[in-house]
Amino acid sequence: MAMEATESRPLGKAIKRKEDPRFIRRQGRYLDDIVLPGMLYMALARSPYAHARIKNIRLDEAYKVLGVKAILTGADLEKMNLSWMPTLAGDRQMVLATGKVLFQYQEVAAVVAETRAAAEDAVQRIEVDYQPLDAVVDPYAAMKPDAPLLREDREQKDNHIFHWEVGDREGTENTLASSPIVVKEFIRMPRVHPAPVEPCGCIADYQKSTGKMTWYVTSQAPHAHRTVLAMVSGLPEHMIHVISPDIGGGFGNKVPVYPGYVCSIVLSLQLGRPVKWIETRTENIATTNFARDYHMTAEIGATEEGIVTGLKVITIADHGAFDAAADPSKFPAGLFSIVTGSYNFPIAFAEVDGVYTNKAPGGVAYRCSFRVTEASFLIERVMNTLALRLNLDPVELRRRNFIQPDQFPYQSPLGWTYDSGNYDLTLDKALELVGYEKLREEQAERRARGELVGIGISTFTEIVGAGPSNTFDILGIKMFDSCEIRIHPTGKAIARLGARHQGQGHETTFAQVIAEELGLTTADVLIEEGDTDTAPYGLGTYASRSTPTAGGAAALAARRIRQKAIQIAAHLLEVSADDVEWNGEKFVTKGLESRGVGMGEVALAAYTNLPQGMEPGLEATYYYDPPNLTFPNGAYIAVVSIDRGTGQVAVERFVAVDDCGTVINPMVVDGQIHGGLTEGFGIAFMQEIAFDEDGNNLAPNFMEYLVPTAVEAPHWETGRTVTPSPHHPIGAKGVGESPNVGSPAAFVNAVVDALSPYGVTNLEIPLFPWKVWNVLREHGLTL
Amino acid sequence: MEHRNANESSLVTVVINGETRQAMTEPRTLLAYFIRENLGMTGTHVGCDTTSCGACTVLMDGVPVKSCTVLAVQADHHALMTVEGLESIGGLHPLQQAFWDNHGLQCGFCTPGMLMTSTALLRDHPEPTETEVRHAISGNLCRCTGYVNIVKAIVNASQKMASEPAEV
Amino acid sequence: MFPSAFSYVAPNTLDETYELLEQYGDDAKVLAGGQSLLPMMKLRLAAPGMLVDIGQVPHLATQHESPDALRIGALTRHAILDSKQFDRYPLLSQTAPWIADPLVRNRGTMGGSLAHADPAADWGATLLALKASVQLASHERQRLVALHDFFVDVYTTALEPQELLTEIIVPAPLADSLVFGHYFKLERKVGDFAVVGVAVTASLTDDGTVSEAGIGLAAMGSIPLAAKKAAALLIGHRLTPELIKEVAQVAAQEGDPQSDRRGSEEYKRSMVRVYVQRGLAQIHQEWQVANQSIA
Repeated sequence: MAMEATESRPLGKAIKRKEDPRFIRRQGRYLDDIVLPGMLYMALARSPYAHARIKNIRLDEAYKVLGVKAILTGADLEKMNLSWMPTLAGDRQMVLATGKVLFQYQEVAAVVAETRAAAEDAVQRIEVDYQPLDAVVDPYAAMKPDAPLLREDREQKDNHIFHWEVGDREGTENTLASSPIVVKEFIRMPRVHPAPVEPCGCIADYQKSTGKMTWYVTSQAPHAHRTVLAMVSGLPEHMIHVISPDIGGGFGNKVPVYPGYVCSIVLSLQLGRPVKWIETRTENIATTNFARDYHMTAEIGATEEGIVTGLKVITIADHGAFDAAADPSKFPAGLFSIVTGSYNFPIAFAEVDGVYTNKAPGGVAYRCSFRVTEASFLIERVMNTLALRLNLDPVELRRRNFIQPDQFPYQSPLGWTYDSGNYDLTLDKALELVGYEKLREEQAERRARGELVGIGISTFTEIVGAGPSNTFDILGIKMFDSCEIRIHPTGKAIARLGARHQGQGHETTFAQVIAEELGLTTADVLIEEGDTDTAPYGLGTYASRSTPTAGGAAALAARRIRQKAIQIAAHLLEVSADDVEWNGEKFVTKGLESRGVGMGEVALAAYTNLPQGMEPGLEATYYYDPPNLTFPNGAYIAVVSIDRGTGQVAVERFVAVDDCGTVINPMVVDGQIHGGLTEGFGIAFMQEIAFDEDGNNLAPNFMEYLVPTAVEAPHWETGRTVTPSPHHPIGAKGVGESPNVGSPAAFVNAVVDALSPYGVTNLEIPLFPWKVWNVLREHGLTL
Repeated sequence: MEHRNANESSLVTVVINGETRQAMTEPRTLLAYFIRENLGMTGTHVGCDTTSCGACTVLMDGVPVKSCTVLAVQADHHALMTVEGLESIGGLHPLQQAFWDNHGLQCGFCTPGMLMTSTALLRDHPEPTETEVRHAISGNLCRCTGYVNIVKAIVNASQKMASEPAEV
Repeated sequence: MFPSAFSYVAPNTLDETYELLEQYGDDAKVLAGGQSLLPMMKLRLAAPGMLVDIGQVPHLATQHESPDALRIGALTRHAILDSKQFDRYPLLSQTAPWIADPLVRNRGTMGGSLAHADPAADWGATLLALKASVQLASHERQRLVALHDFFVDVYTTALEPQELLTEIIVPAPLADSLVFGHYFKLERKVGDFAVVGVAVTASLTDDGTVSEAGIGLAAMGSIPLAAKKAAALLIGHRLTPELIKEVAQVAAQEGDPQSDRRGSEEYKRSMVRVYVQRGLAQIHQEWQVANQSIA
């Protein structure tokens, strides 16, 4: 049962969340809850075509709608040199279309009006003459020499964006050529969307009298957004105040800057009134950044004994109309090079080619640390194929190839230094929880009765927590994070961080970290995030980076407080500082535990009774630049059965054992795992943004973009091993994304396992019933 | 016969959380926006436009409905209950307490809708099974929790309410 | 999103309703539960100038059971048929929990669903299996239209602009038989329209002979359908595995499904076959249990 926030020594305890009372009592303050005096509403006109030339835009009828204040088109923005904006990936993106549109639902005009309804009425009355052009939907077709050129604005006259490669191509090819066993598989991770229940939105509030722009925005990275806004708009950065209020889920969706944001800012600057823009669900799914859309071919070489010899991965990445991927600057394919996973590959090579198509731009790291989901899905799927080829239990194949505990820190062939892990231990725990041997026996019995039952394994390794800053930056800004702590005279504290939670529980977990370090309770520490005027600079919350970066900063800022506090404690204890130590709860005289002072007494003294010459106050700020990333990992086991009549797959059991290092709050960690597994389930079975050949989005709302309800969502059984990160201040790793990264392969491996006696090795997600049924039919298995 | 003209505001009266409230609004105003903007009660959220997500769930005459798919004028002279009405002077409603105790929320955006749906569920079915709970909340989407702890919270609340009937 | 502006009128009587429909004709839309109409208006796929809200017209939400029929008021909400059991019409309460989601069922109505005429809607299939009729009324006339004549095309019915669907009439099953019914829906998630929906009902005499039967299909064509040929094969026979198989195969050939993102034509036909087979097998089993307990 959960514990109260007044518990002492809170690290590792299931403390009830401090943020919850306001949410359960309707006092959450989400973006659309904010109403400012004189506020106007914006709506966007969007293209019905995926690829078309704009011949003419007529606004007369739209201006006739009562309450319309202004209408912005690309031509207007062009005059301000704002019709294009830079993307986080170093490309540029149209804010409002000029010349032509490049994806369906692309932004064409912005209307601002006294009411939402009037803005929408006016949008409907904007008349645009389009000359439709052939749309390019398939990324492979986009690369053909005769493909229509999408981006006429670029010097380069084809649809190729970038080529990125890592590892030893020649060596890997030679290794594969000489390996006795080589398996090859094409794995497609279709386009999906994070689709948090709260869509994106903002209010731009420019006060002409003060010259200050207050920008309320659903932002996972408020400081980065402030800097981007300063660079794009030319407003002085200290006159931009970004407030990211309570956020109704993000999952990567609220990292980029979107055209609607820019339009609302421009309109507020023009009109001197607050302008609110809230996406509709269709706008959210059809235009804000998607994720995945990776088309991967992998080859694994192995010995007859099942020892892997090499891995080669060739990838086509569909980025849509603009490369708006939210990746660190030097990593156009994110951290995809984690693709060797948990296995001791001696050599590897991976390449990714990005291409433009007539689809919405992206992609974001959807509950994923920059393309890690794609990498994990690929390696865990192809390892499954290798096990089938060798006729080896997938558990046994993994055991033979795991990186061993004594190999850490482990240097991967694609350039990463894994911090820690004990993969056999984690797998053992999962096997024990699921009862693996018995399960395999039951499977054999059920198979004998004609049932289709499968068991799928995924033993993934993630890479999370960008920085370190020598490697990672976004638009040049180094990826550190920060924490500032102030201890008040009565021993209570406020801490501000550069991260921005969206449900992860920072107000509790970071308070636990700081309280643990300072001998306080979670209740004593108020956590504040999301206000750039008060919080120290940070890069925000995504890619499971908050605990590895801001969490580290919190612990180290607290330790910095302790450095000063020990001097004050010595003064109070009337001994020299060398004779004082911290016993985990208070400062004590060495060898005399009973003589001690707590942080409360020290705090009071910091304002009332200081040692001679000491600066008053008790505060510290820490900008933490992590020395390395953290490498959480897990062992997941799915058990499924297939209805031979309908092709429906039932997830009978799912065991997830995660190792995220030191656990700050087990209740919160379990909650993150449950949520991520459910999204992984959605990706394996339901969620897909598909397009027709004309580039029409076929799943622009929750009627067609299918996210699981409580009925579809399976029951989850969770477990844990703890292998601390050796370099993180408290040994913690990120966790929010592991379940989403690791689970899709477990589901698919299980379905493949059910069908493997009939020669099936590969299935394309999402596993809609009809798709599974087609495979059943092909193999004569239907009823 | 009640007649309201397009583009003209007219009076809508509701009894919301026991209190009579009135506001002028157009026929096309959706109940969710009437509650949020005309009555200034922002606990009820809007997360989609296809009646899919349930973040806007309120009780209308005691029945949980998606208030984005009811017109404000249809609620004229009806009784509404929103998440704002759950808490009594005595403190949190057992469901609110159970959501807190069981980590039944993360970002909190779907929570008001979940609370309203489960309020009606426990009133009509004081001892639901886990499966019944899952079906009952299947019109409310949550993207954070995977539903595990929401279901746990509702079952937990039902047990508490059964053992402390005075609070119901 | 917000609907385009419209005028709203809420008549208090049927006569007032008929008057309004006559007056406004095609520009008016009847608002029942609103669970299909309002989303379409929000997405601006529909923009009627006038909404006639029949929610205040009395007696439209009642259900009346007589020896020869069950008369269901058009405004009967789906949830009512989920919670209320009509013993002689088990298919109704078998179908109701599959409609949309629980919150939508609290608002949506049977009459509204039928008048909307989505070919994938669940009531269409079930009520066709039950050989139901609908009462259409206007100032000028009252007419009873068999449901299979009511559905004309996608979103199109026999309703004239001035007419209101007031009542659904489900004929009672034969008195000397036990009646069974099952609804099968292949949905991708709760709230989804049917990929395929199959309603199966049959009445069985003491010796297990089928005296009456109906099979309804959702999403198997441009309108909800009755698999009449298949159902006819059952009459006068016992539910042997061979017969069940044959009937299922015939049912699968009735209808004209399109291949789309939800599955191929072949898949959809196969789902009909599988579900008819499962439904009839289940009915046979239930009959055996019921018969044993009587014996």
